[in-house]
Amino acid sequence: MQMSDTREIKAAPSDVWAAILNPDVLKECIPGCTEVTGNRDEGFEAVVTQKVGPVKATFKGAVTLSDITEGERVTISGEGKGGPAGFAKGGAVVVLEPIPEGTRLTYEVEANVGGKLAQLGSRIIDGFAKKMADEFFTRFQTAVEGPAMPEEAAQNADEGGQAPGEQKKGWFKRLIS
Amino acid sequence: MPKDTGIGASTKRREDVRFLTGRGVYTDDLSLFGQAHAVMVRSSVAHGRIVSIDTAAAESMPGVLAVFTGEDFKDVGGNPAGWLINSRDGTPMREPKRPVLAHGKVRHVGDAYAAVIAETYAQAKDAAQVLADATVIEELPAIVDMRAAVADASNRVHDEIPDNLCFDWGWIEDNRAAVDAAMKAAPHVVTLELTNNRLVPNAMEPRASIGEYFPGTGDYKLTTTSQNPHLTRLLVCAFVMGIPENKLQVVAPDVGGGFGSKIYHYGEEALVLAAAKRLGRPVRWTAERTESFLSDAHGRDHVTKIELGCTKEGDILAIRTETLANVGAYLSNFSTATPTFLHGTLMAGPYKVPHVYVNVKTVFTNTAPVDAYRGAGRPEATYSIERVIDKMCRELGLDPFEVRRRNLLTPDQFPYTTPVGLVYDTGNYQATLDKAVELADVAGFEARRAESAKRGKLRGMGLSTWIEACGIAPSHLVGVLGSRVGLYDAATVRVNATGTISVMTGAHSHGQGHETVFPQIVAEKLGIPETSVEIVHGDTAKIPFGMGSYGSRSLAVAGSAMDRALDKIIAKGKKIAAHMLEAAEGDITFADGKFSVAGTDKAKSFGEIAFSAYVPHNYPLETLEPGLEETAFYDPANFTYPAGAYICEVEVDAETGKVDVVAFTAADDFGNVMNPLIVEGQVHGGVGQGIGQALCENTSYDENGQLLTGSYMDYAMPRADDVPFYTVDHSCATPCTHNPLGVKGCGEAGAIGSPPAVVNAVIDALHSGGHTHVTHIDMPVSPNRVWQAINA
Repeated sequence: MQMSDTREIKAAPSDVWAAILNPDVLKECIPGCTEVTGNRDEGFEAVVTQKVGPVKATFKGAVTLSDITEGERVTISGEGKGGPAGFAKGGAVVVLEPIPEGTRLTYEVEANVGGKLAQLGSRIIDGFAKKMADEFFTRFQTAVEGPAMPEEAAQNADEGGQAPGEQKKGWFKRLIS
Repeated sequence: MPKDTGIGASTKRREDVRFLTGRGVYTDDLSLFGQAHAVMVRSSVAHGRIVSIDTAAAESMPGVLAVFTGEDFKDVGGNPAGWLINSRDGTPMREPKRPVLAHGKVRHVGDAYAAVIAETYAQAKDAAQVLADATVIEELPAIVDMRAAVADASNRVHDEIPDNLCFDWGWIEDNRAAVDAAMKAAPHVVTLELTNNRLVPNAMEPRASIGEYFPGTGDYKLTTTSQNPHLTRLLVCAFVMGIPENKLQVVAPDVGGGFGSKIYHYGEEALVLAAAKRLGRPVRWTAERTESFLSDAHGRDHVTKIELGCTKEGDILAIRTETLANVGAYLSNFSTATPTFLHGTLMAGPYKVPHVYVNVKTVFTNTAPVDAYRGAGRPEATYSIERVIDKMCRELGLDPFEVRRRNLLTPDQFPYTTPVGLVYDTGNYQATLDKAVELADVAGFEARRAESAKRGKLRGMGLSTWIEACGIAPSHLVGVLGSRVGLYDAATVRVNATGTISVMTGAHSHGQGHETVFPQIVAEKLGIPETSVEIVHGDTAKIPFGMGSYGSRSLAVAGSAMDRALDKIIAKGKKIAAHMLEAAEGDITFADGKFSVAGTDKAKSFGEIAFSAYVPHNYPLETLEPGLEETAFYDPANFTYPAGAYICEVEVDAETGKVDVVAFTAADDFGNVMNPLIVEGQVHGGVGQGIGQALCENTSYDENGQLLTGSYMDYAMPRADDVPFYTVDHSCATPCTHNPLGVKGCGEAGAIGSPPAVVNAVIDALHSGGHTHVTHIDMPVSPNRVWQAINA
């Protein structure tokens, strides 16, 4: 299956770029992800637990980055093996463009599943993959620019000890600013 | 007055008592002392090169007894195709080796490349996953689409077969030019491109096998879900394992349906035997439902372009087809016969069409093997013909009933030699058509249509007049057509001393009702109660020989063998009676269970003769052998040709596209009917499967060769509310001219004749609603497809 979407992120392209290449960000943003290790040059190892319809599995897989144009474009490819559940693999081309509000992030995702996931979950796999992608980029956006919901921002502010009204920041942005 | 015993009686199925009370004994029900469990390790990719298999971790798992890989079987034989087909240019088909376990490459999702044997099923299952995780398979691009498969020589299912083509078959090649000329000269030509959807057989009982080895004697025993244990024995012994045939006993106990998928020998059967020998313990394997979806031989899967040349009045002048037939990744045992001689030879239908030419290209793909499934080739032929005739009627504004009447062969034309190589021995196709028209109340259809319209539904009526060739046998014909085995059958009739009878038959009953019907015939012939007769089948150690049950052959071939053996019993009984009654053998007559001296009141009952045969105190042993047991082999002169007319009425909801079959009438000519109740049940089942194909069932692989319909969540089987109450008739009987029972076979009929009747009805309904742009919808005619067609 193939999906594409565009997000406008209120952060500079350089911040967005750094976030994409950061394993901690990936771990936070990939739904069900419990572990990410590695780096951009040697690739990442990830562990993700997910339930697709009747199939629940822990996927272990490698993620590699290729076709890198620094700060602008990267191809992310990965394959996860879920034991008896089968496998999932796919790739995403992510392109960043500067816009007045910050960065326009465009992604094109291609995803495939095999084994039991395909045999039992095919009816729901398209919807599932779209949901996964949506959730990933929503979390990513939140991580980079801060939560979209004011209540959530307030809650974060309380936890972080920030005064109300102070410009909200994503945790990643706070980390690097 | 209907009979209540013997031939023609609607005796209730005696086997149902055990089936319906859960007392059947199926392969998986058997529990053997010391048994170990096998789990197959199957590919999760459609096409890949096996780089390495590390068995060490799996072998060290708790309870694991042995691990097998393709390497263990690389030196034994392959599972062969039963029919050799030549291409149009005379070259023989390409026949890649089908190994017990995949070696070198995996070729479809579910292709087994290893097996783990352990003390318990759970241990074997766990170790199989560890083995899968320790296997490196380099995935290759999958070959799924047949057109792409033959177009791209760079990507190959089998490295040695460059164009993924098994053969390019023309039938009859010598007639091709004449057919082309007739098509060119025809005043009107109708063209239709259609797909005959791929089906998963879905027998209620998944496949299962138990292997045993007896070191004391060197004997093997295979208990397996088979429709034909003798053929399985032949394949395992002579082709795959190299075991002497006399050292392997194959038993197929109660088998819960097959529909073709259990005709064939599968690798798991050889695996459990090899494992049993290595371990010295029984080894068992039972498929999970998903394994059945992945690894049972599927059915149909044809893509066809059919052209029909005709006059403006609807006289059919020529039929020409081009078909791509999917055989999947390997050649299953009947896979090369199904799209050729079970399909091309039927492409004249029941019609007096003078020119017919059939071209079939059979294609390897990275999908499960495809083979015969209830009807096997004949449903594909019937669907193509009956759909294109329906399209012709719409293009020319002709009445489909009238067009059939113009073209059907007439009773005075038999025996009739078709342009595709068969000789129809007998039939009366007008009679079954007239009967169907009467029973379906065709005259009242418009009133029913108006009534449906009031409820907002589009009502349509579809017709199909079908014929098939079955009673699959005559060795001399199938030999000419490429079969590597003979097709005949055998029976032994054993009369016990007390007069009861055991019949050892080569037919295998897996739902058909042989245990009820065969005794009816014995009872009728010998004048004894049906309950005195027992049918023994499904065990190579007990029955003389048999080619099993498929192709609607059990009664026509194995039943005829039994009939011949009964004739021998009667002849022997006359000899015994002549001795006992001190009369000449030629003066003895047999009727109503009594041997009598003609013209006298001297007689001996069948029971007295039987007892005497086993207590031969004063026999003249030079001229009269003790015992009363006879065997006959029967090889008929021709196929049998059941035929009939089916009328389907549907209601279509144009808002949702949902199709409801509201009435279905089947008027069939099965020749003589032995048990009307069982015949009716066979028609119900066949039509139910045909409606399933037409409306519900579809096997879907994605572009990577992943099976997307791998469970009942995604594969739609027909349910009770998808089918109507059927109207079934088989009174228009023209007895088969060449078998002693005059029977033609009824098992596949419903699945052959019904799909085009359903689709024709749907098209009729849409046209009645003004959606005349819809000329065809591929099966399954799902709500989505109907809605899309309406709104195209």
